[in-house]
Amino acid sequence: MLYNILIDPFVQMGASPDLFVQTLWEGLVSGVLYALIALGFVLIFKASGVFNFAQGIMVVFAGLTLVGLHEKGVPAWIAVLLTLGVMYVLAIAVERVVLRPLVNQPDIILFMATFGLTYVLIGIGEFIFGGEPKQMITEQLFLPTGSIDVNMLGGRVTFQKLDIAAAVIASAMIIGLSLFFQYTRIGRALRAVADSHKAALSVGISLNQIWAIVWFAAGIVALITGIMWGARSEVSFGLDIIALKALPVLILGGFTSVPGAIIGGLIIGVGEKMAEFYWGPLVGGGIENWIAYVIALGFLMYRPQGLFGDKIIERI
Amino acid sequence: MKRNLTLSALLAATALTMAAPVQAQDSVYVPLLTYRTGPFSGSGVHIANGMRDYLEMLNQRDGGIGGAKIVIEECETGYDTKKGVECYESTKAKKPVMYNPYSTGITLQLIPKAAADKVPVLSMAYGLSAAADGTNFPWVFNPPATYWDGASVFIKHVAAKEGGLDKLKGKTIGLIHLDAPFGKEPIPVLEALAKKYEFNLKLYPVPAAQMQNQGSVWLSIRRDKVDWIYNQGWGAMNPTAVKEAVKNGFPMEKLVGVWWAGGDDDARAGEAGAKGYKTLNFHNTGAQFPVMQDILKHVVDKGLSQAKKEQVGENLYNRGVYNSMLIVEAVRNAQKLTGKKSVTGEDVRRGLETLNITEARLKEMGMEGFANPMKLSCTDHSGHNKVFVSQWDGSKYVKASDWMDPIKDVVRPLIEEEAKTFVGKDPGWPKRTEACDKAA
Repeated sequence: MLYNILIDPFVQMGASPDLFVQTLWEGLVSGVLYALIALGFVLIFKASGVFNFAQGIMVVFAGLTLVGLHEKGVPAWIAVLLTLGVMYVLAIAVERVVLRPLVNQPDIILFMATFGLTYVLIGIGEFIFGGEPKQMITEQLFLPTGSIDVNMLGGRVTFQKLDIAAAVIASAMIIGLSLFFQYTRIGRALRAVADSHKAALSVGISLNQIWAIVWFAAGIVALITGIMWGARSEVSFGLDIIALKALPVLILGGFTSVPGAIIGGLIIGVGEKMAEFYWGPLVGGGIENWIAYVIALGFLMYRPQGLFGDKIIERI
Repeated sequence: MKRNLTLSALLAATALTMAAPVQAQDSVYVPLLTYRTGPFSGSGVHIANGMRDYLEMLNQRDGGIGGAKIVIEECETGYDTKKGVECYESTKAKKPVMYNPYSTGITLQLIPKAAADKVPVLSMAYGLSAAADGTNFPWVFNPPATYWDGASVFIKHVAAKEGGLDKLKGKTIGLIHLDAPFGKEPIPVLEALAKKYEFNLKLYPVPAAQMQNQGSVWLSIRRDKVDWIYNQGWGAMNPTAVKEAVKNGFPMEKLVGVWWAGGDDDARAGEAGAKGYKTLNFHNTGAQFPVMQDILKHVVDKGLSQAKKEQVGENLYNRGVYNSMLIVEAVRNAQKLTGKKSVTGEDVRRGLETLNITEARLKEMGMEGFANPMKLSCTDHSGHNKVFVSQWDGSKYVKASDWMDPIKDVVRPLIEEEAKTFVGKDPGWPKRTEACDKAA
């Protein structure tokens, strides 16, 4: 038994290095996509201290809007612009209808409000687009299809062009957002709000404006995530569940750190794929779903604030 | 006072309106537990449309069944067992003639309830395979075939392609399945067949949360050098499985889905690479059958359907039509047995047990060539009927094999054994007291 747990998986890695590389690649791609979902959570948490439970359904809503508009005859790129418009309107609506009336309420109230928002968006989505899953308009968005087979390490490693594109787009998105929040006036205002709402208000930063911007940024992230996950599978309300994969990423990376979301996503992505592939067969498979939480909890024991989360020190 | 009177009148009117369709003379109440929302709606929507449209067509064309109007009520379960049970509890007072849970999880919950409430459960080709034993499960029906029948037909198909049952020895056959009661159903029979024919069986569970994220499962399939895959998937799991199979270069003609993994959308997701994907089936596809033409004429063209015109004839839509045909034939049978128009759940249970759909009856219903004749009995609630393999030709499913009998000599004894084990766990499980009718 100990041999099967401690030795055999590593023997397998050495015996079939092509499969090891393939698993690693699959993990990295999943990791980047998890990071993208986690980024949506981090943006909103940084600005308002709210864990946005609705981030998953925002991914579905954005994806469905895009495909739904295209089904109505709207050209793909105009549909993208219109979807961004819809996400902007959603951000303003959330700020006006949900956040503004609840300002200064305890965090749990705001969290529950995002819970309610989730079901409102599910209802509206199903009302407008129906419950049927839709195929992502991959070709119309000029996303590459097909694969590149590389003969290496005594075997074959397949790289899906879509996965490569997803990794590149997600990375560009993450870098772009990091630069935006690091070097622009709005970015500095966001960081000020993240540090202290009251201090930010005292220097004239508009909380309402920042919240709307952040929710819109999370909407953009949701659209990119919806396109990428939708292209890998389909755009359906099932994608909502995948968003929960961001939870272990956030536990690991910290709720307030963009680099944490990236590194956390990669660790969870690679970790769960490796665990499922090499250790899953020992227990009949299907461990991918919960092993991510085991990894995250393992990290938590040593760094309760996550890898990059802010260490909270309070005076008593 | 005036306000109170108005309120009372309103309440009374509302109550009457709600009760009227159910209590009306010469009607039968058919609740449909469907799911048009949630992660499984990709499969559920088409079936719900097919089921509803066939019943609606009979209302429009014939005024119902044997002079009794069909009162159709959908209850949304989202494929959630808890919601399914809520649907059951909220509708049972309206005297339904039967329940169609459309979920193995919900079926398992309803099995003991149905017996107590005297209303039959029709789990058409799903649910608990052991419920085919009518002696132990007089209130549950799973025609025309159980999951165990399906899995055995898959093995027969593999054997036919490999050159005989003896050629299965040493082959690796995988089962990729939803990690839920539905997905696990075929495991016992596949294990028994693996032992008998000496092939290696590999299991690949896919948790519901991972349905759209199957990368590592398909890498495992590649590592294990699996020769054939049987897909017991549902909802968003199926299109992802087809896409992953294409992506991993798995030969599509060796990927065979259970009949529920045969949605047109499931195959379309794999685009050109999905050509050759197979699924088990027990009815044909297409809208060329007279019954489908009647649905188009009396329901779809009148704007009474939620389906798009081009979806009529797709595999899962036709599955819903087939399901409703069984409901209607059971009711019709019950009417013959009792001489009543408005039959009860108890009557329809008798109707199901004496169901005998002949070639001539199929022709009368406009279903000649659509389905095979089938017959149930008091002891056999499934019929273990023939099944065939359909194959995706790039735009639709086409029949790709002859009708094949399940491996009954393996399946039936297993069913009887499992039925005894199932009821043996509950010391209070009632012994069958229901009389056995002769065929109507």
